[in-house]
Amino acid sequence: MVTYLQQARRAGLSRLDTKGSPYLYIAPFFLLFALFGLFPLLYTAYVSFNDWDLLDAGSHSWVGLANYRELLQDAYFWNALGNTLSIWVLSTVPQLLAALWIAHLLNHRLRARTALRMGVLLPNITSIVAVTIVFTQLFGRDFGMVNWLLGAVGIGPVDWQAGTWSSHLAISFIVAWRWVGYNALIYLASMQAIPHDLYEAAELDGASQSQQFWRITVPMLRPTIIFTTVISTIGGLQIMAEPLLFASSQTPTGGSDRQFQTVALFMYEQGFREFRFGYASAIAWTLCLVIVVFAIVNFLLTRRIADDED
Amino acid sequence: MTTLMEPPPADTVPAPAPRPARRRRGFGYPRKASIWTYGALLAVVAGSVFPLYWSLVVSSQTSDAVTRVPPALIPGGHLFDNIARVFDTTDFGRALLNSFIVSGSITVSVVFFSTLAGFAFAKLRFRGRKPLLVLAIATSMVPHQLGIIPLYIMMAEFGWTGRLTAVIVPGLVTAFGVFFMTQYLGRAVPDELLEAGRVDGAGTFGLYWHVVLPAARPAAAVLGLFTFMQAWNDFFWPLVVLQDNATVQVALSALASGYTTDYTLTLTGTLLATLPILIVFMVLGRQIVGGIMQGAIKG
Repeated sequence: MVTYLQQARRAGLSRLDTKGSPYLYIAPFFLLFALFGLFPLLYTAYVSFNDWDLLDAGSHSWVGLANYRELLQDAYFWNALGNTLSIWVLSTVPQLLAALWIAHLLNHRLRARTALRMGVLLPNITSIVAVTIVFTQLFGRDFGMVNWLLGAVGIGPVDWQAGTWSSHLAISFIVAWRWVGYNALIYLASMQAIPHDLYEAAELDGASQSQQFWRITVPMLRPTIIFTTVISTIGGLQIMAEPLLFASSQTPTGGSDRQFQTVALFMYEQGFREFRFGYASAIAWTLCLVIVVFAIVNFLLTRRIADDED
Repeated sequence: MTTLMEPPPADTVPAPAPRPARRRRGFGYPRKASIWTYGALLAVVAGSVFPLYWSLVVSSQTSDAVTRVPPALIPGGHLFDNIARVFDTTDFGRALLNSFIVSGSITVSVVFFSTLAGFAFAKLRFRGRKPLLVLAIATSMVPHQLGIIPLYIMMAEFGWTGRLTAVIVPGLVTAFGVFFMTQYLGRAVPDELLEAGRVDGAGTFGLYWHVVLPAARPAAAVLGLFTFMQAWNDFFWPLVVLQDNATVQVALSALASGYTTDYTLTLTGTLLATLPILIVFMVLGRQIVGGIMQGAIKG
């Protein structure tokens, strides 16, 4: 038997449970994100306005915009920014085109469907360190297999690390190789969502297979294509592990002439080799702004395309 | 704990809808693959597998094989000698153990908190639900890597530098996990089931424990795999904060550094570092592929 009082108490508790508990359940995510995700990023802004030397803990002084002024006049920074954009374009554009083609290949009635999809995804589950080390060996000047293959068609040995373009190409290849299969599966998922009658109608109108691909498949995938571009922007502009490991000495200068130092790697060099935390933070925030600008441009593009479809 | 929930009675499972009759005019969609399609796909897969295969070739040969022209293409018989050499050269066993501890802790935590938050977002009504969900998803866009300097200063304050805690704690939750579980639980847990639980007097945590967790198992497995692989492969932050107490990726990069790299040694290390992930992938690759493709449709 339950008394009226017990019932009322239980109702009150249960209301507290339904009203309050959802916040309790989502709180761990937001608290941990605030502490280890958001706060460091905001604190970076504070640090960037200081002369802050790790070896000299505690003795940092407010210098206002001095770090940013220095950065804008630093030839190494502009060099790193150029390298970053170059590697980003060289890795993203061919990668997304190849992903589109691979997705198209996978979008057939296939035997061993799952095995083929897994094979395509394999590069993405191997670590950046493992991938870069193997490719650095393959791109070796004297005994690398890439040069051996090029030699077979009469192209003389390339010192991949030494040149600006050659190093950018090699690093972009490594990045693209690791991500192309992942993006192909994302495109494949969207392709499978395209209504079949579009193709049947086009077929009746006599459209060829390649016409169907460019006139139906690609336009229907545009939101997904823009989505993958945005994601590649955010990831690609932060690249640092590949160029760090591509130099066999693993010094964060990105080659002897800084020919493949990216902005993130420049930040790492200034922060953890030169121990100039204030300056490194200014680099971080500047790169963050670059990423935001690119992301906004891509977002506006996405919205416009979405509007066009309505 | 997960067996407390009885499977739903058979009659509540919707009967499969009759297949819509497909108009067939000599072709169906998707098209049947031609021999060229197979050929091209096999070439792509070969390109995907080759670097790992090459690691196996090099790590099973003597040291002179790397400099051989034309290159060796068939594995030899020296794999175990080289593995022994890796363990002699560096404390690779410790690095593997560290990586298991870090990745295991992060995986358990991410799955638990993501399922809890996903349950709240997908199935509970509360003020601010929509905007908070959007905010949670938006956090995944934040370029975390750019906050490492203050994060390092924080860890130094806590006295955590060089300790695994410094890598584990910032990884305890992910926005992707919350998003993924919200999507899944929204579809997988019928409201009637939760309503029945409420009528039986279960509180929200009781519903989570007895109804949601059992229903979430397939998605939790996929999320767990993703999280484990990501944590296992993480390099930049452990490199900065762990110093000598290396995880497997940091130990691997140390093996590869130096002006003359011993590639036989390094590629053997690469193989060892990749093996645990490879085994997981071989066993559960189907689910991983499915997880990526499901996430994509909503993405």
